[in-house]
Amino acid sequence: MVPLSYYLVLSGILFVCGVLGFLIKRNIITIFMSIELMLNGVNLSFVAFAAHWQALSGQVFVFFVMVVAAAEAAVGLAIIIAVYRTRETLNVDRVNLLKL
Amino acid sequence: MFHLILFLFFGVICVAGAVNLLVQSHPINSALSLIAVMASLAVEYLLLGAEFVAAVQVIVYAGAIMVLFVITIMLLNAGKEERSKGSRVAILIGVPGVLIGGVLVAWTLLYRSNMQATVPIGALPGDPADIARLLFHNFLLPFEVTSVLILIAIMGAVVLASRPEAVARAARKDEG
Repeated sequence: MVPLSYYLVLSGILFVCGVLGFLIKRNIITIFMSIELMLNGVNLSFVAFAAHWQALSGQVFVFFVMVVAAAEAAVGLAIIIAVYRTRETLNVDRVNLLKL
Repeated sequence: MFHLILFLFFGVICVAGAVNLLVQSHPINSALSLIAVMASLAVEYLLLGAEFVAAVQVIVYAGAIMVLFVITIMLLNAGKEERSKGSRVAILIGVPGVLIGGVLVAWTLLYRSNMQATVPIGALPGDPADIARLLFHNFLLPFEVTSVLILIAIMGAVVLASRPEAVARAARKDEG
């Protein structure tokens, strides 16, 4: 038997790692992966609360989050490819102009 | 007891993978550790009795999304990331702030809440049939909207990732 709070703390740790990666990373792909990490942390707390409240809707919401994450990954990576074509860099510090 | 051991084992793998994602400077190493995080998260879902979510986690997240990431990293030939002034400022301010926030949240959850209830395994049957019933009855409209969202994402990805000259050529062909 695992207390619910352990799952929530694990989810919090994953979310914090994602926020940290978002802040300190300079590679645009790694920043994007940190966002996925944050989504995963939130998913874990969704599933933990679903088990706690005996409500399956939490798991359905995880399903929706995954769909949104998939759509976001497809569009985001396409944007990254477009950025790389025009700037030839993946460093976010060098991508500071809206128009070249 | 056995559940707790499993939870701790895969939780440690999760956290180690997440920290490794931060430490590594090459994006492909970060991507591989993210796959480890997602795979061990799937085991945590199984421990919570969510078989369907665990399967989808492996198929969609660890499979499809991470393949997209790895392909993009290899396509763009991403090398080691370079440190810059902005990243040093972010480390100096961001790391302590985020760590304080995380410790506060963990402390609140562990000692200041009534979340000590244990989660029995298999108490909530998360099998696909029940989830499908919920998905196609109560959440039918969101589900259908999701399909529109995916369609828009496909079109957006194709338009964004295609070369500009290819788009221009297609437009000329349409006119002529």
